[in-house]
Amino acid sequence: MAWFKKRDRGVKAERKRNLPDGLWLRCEYCGAILYKKELERNLWTCDSCGFHFRIRARNYIDILLDQGSFREMDAGIKPLDPLKFKDTKKYADRIKTYQAKTGMNEAILSGSGEIDGRQVSIAVLEFAFGGGSLGSVMGEKIVRAIRRAIKTNSPFLIVNSSGGARMQEGILSLMQMAKVSVMLARLHEAHLPFISILTHPTTGGVSASFAFQGDLILAEPKALIGFAGPRVIQQTIGQELPEGFQRSEFLMDHGQIDRIVNRKELKETVSSLLSYLPSPAPVLGFEEKARALEKS
Amino acid sequence: MSEGSLEFEKPIVEIEKRIHDLRQLARQENMDVTDELHKLERKAEKLRKDIFSKLTRWQRVQLARHPQRPYTLDYVDRLTTDFWELHGDRLFADDPALVCGFATFEGRKVLLMGHQKGRDTKEKLRRNFGMAHPEGYRKSLRLMKLADKFGLPIVTFIDTPGAFPGIEAEERGQSRAIAENLIEMAAIRVPIIAVVIGEGGSGGALAIALADRVIMLENSVYSVISPEGCAAILWGDRSKAKDAAEALRISATDLVELGIVDEVLPEPVGGAHRNPAQTAETLKTAIKTHLDVLCRVDADELIRTRMEKFLAMGVYQDDA
Repeated sequence: MAWFKKRDRGVKAERKRNLPDGLWLRCEYCGAILYKKELERNLWTCDSCGFHFRIRARNYIDILLDQGSFREMDAGIKPLDPLKFKDTKKYADRIKTYQAKTGMNEAILSGSGEIDGRQVSIAVLEFAFGGGSLGSVMGEKIVRAIRRAIKTNSPFLIVNSSGGARMQEGILSLMQMAKVSVMLARLHEAHLPFISILTHPTTGGVSASFAFQGDLILAEPKALIGFAGPRVIQQTIGQELPEGFQRSEFLMDHGQIDRIVNRKELKETVSSLLSYLPSPAPVLGFEEKARALEKS
Repeated sequence: MSEGSLEFEKPIVEIEKRIHDLRQLARQENMDVTDELHKLERKAEKLRKDIFSKLTRWQRVQLARHPQRPYTLDYVDRLTTDFWELHGDRLFADDPALVCGFATFEGRKVLLMGHQKGRDTKEKLRRNFGMAHPEGYRKSLRLMKLADKFGLPIVTFIDTPGAFPGIEAEERGQSRAIAENLIEMAAIRVPIIAVVIGEGGSGGALAIALADRVIMLENSVYSVISPEGCAAILWGDRSKAKDAAEALRISATDLVELGIVDEVLPEPVGGAHRNPAQTAETLKTAIKTHLDVLCRVDADELIRTRMEKFLAMGVYQDDA
């Protein structure tokens, strides 16, 4: 689940941006010192090792969609606290903190837009909001985004970055995995394409549901992707994890993803791949096909 | 009761010991202790009822993990007249942590599957403590599709700490395996009944629980994360597991209140392991009742209802 919460040595682009001098940043992956302006020009990718810094959900909208084509939807859906959950802090207070920090109601930005003139329905997870954790609002907004894809005969895209399920919503958060899966099954029945893009990090309940249900699964370089977080695995098996374990390249080697895509080529890649996936697909049902063959 | 008793059962164990000692004494000394015995037995009975009528969630976690609690294959023995275990995912291996097979249940042919824990050390290791690898989920999906093709209803037993978090599990795509089960189970055209018999550990449990009916034994638990894992992350301290169990609301009655689970099945006083035969009888009645209803539902309607059920899950505020 949300294993990254506390000790992710993960990307601190957000915080580092606010350093007093703010001109130079260190790559968390290779340690290279990078000039901020240059980094921004490179869409927050390290030109030394190719590591992709974490960026905000709205940045992916800018990167992926035709300029000015995005229409945000369901922005008004807000989280509640059904369990009255309290650990060292109240969940209700945590939500307020996340909202103040991000200026968003929840850890997801969704809506419709165009990629090279082709309409798509899109959802982008926001890691800066509680580690992009999957709760009731995210589940509902993804379901609505898929529904829009079906209504408009459009492909559905999702950009993932999440530590996993939102523990503070208990079993309701686990059920969001089932809820989104059910809606994606309908998208599948409608023969509409679904491309899932994995960014740093994508783990836990998000990984074990929609992130890995894509017709095509793309990943940014060196992103941490996995079912269990590395710390949990290390504790369970009590041995050192191999170099590069659970990074995009590791997943590619093990046949788990279609392509590793540099952020700068993300739009072009998605657009080209979509050109092979008409929506809806022109299909003759398999059963009909089989019968037709028998008759001929 | 003393064997395998839990910390919170100690007061009961003490009285039972006193009853035992008194009986022995009476035999040795040839005394009449009927009245005292009666009193003690009444007291023990009352104590048992008191303790087990207000179990905390953490106490239920301990019962759900009790080493003597009946496991999937124990119920298979008691509930079916015929069981043909079927092995392997056709891709990599067989996973003994998730058993699947054809079974005859109350005269009906079904596909039955469940997580399987081991009783002794050797068996525990072989069953990987009930934590399945991707091949376990892929085997279950292969057979669910077969059940779909030949119209066999599916019954699943949930009893896992979670899907296994290990290097090989990641290499072979644990995420994808679970994700694929979820999307495929949404559209399986035969009835699916999931029964949480022990631990319902997160995605590893859900992967065979996207069902038309989800029912739970009274002292089983079902949670997004283990209380220990949640405590470690949110409290920074695994020993706060008890608090996490309360906060997560993981008991069977909690889940019914939250609208996630359809029915809670009562266990014998002291838990399922105190009377496995009685527990199996309860399961039999419940599963049969739900199967009788679901098997009469048209497949399109079945899937539509299953989908609507999961699509309605979640609590949020929508001002629009």
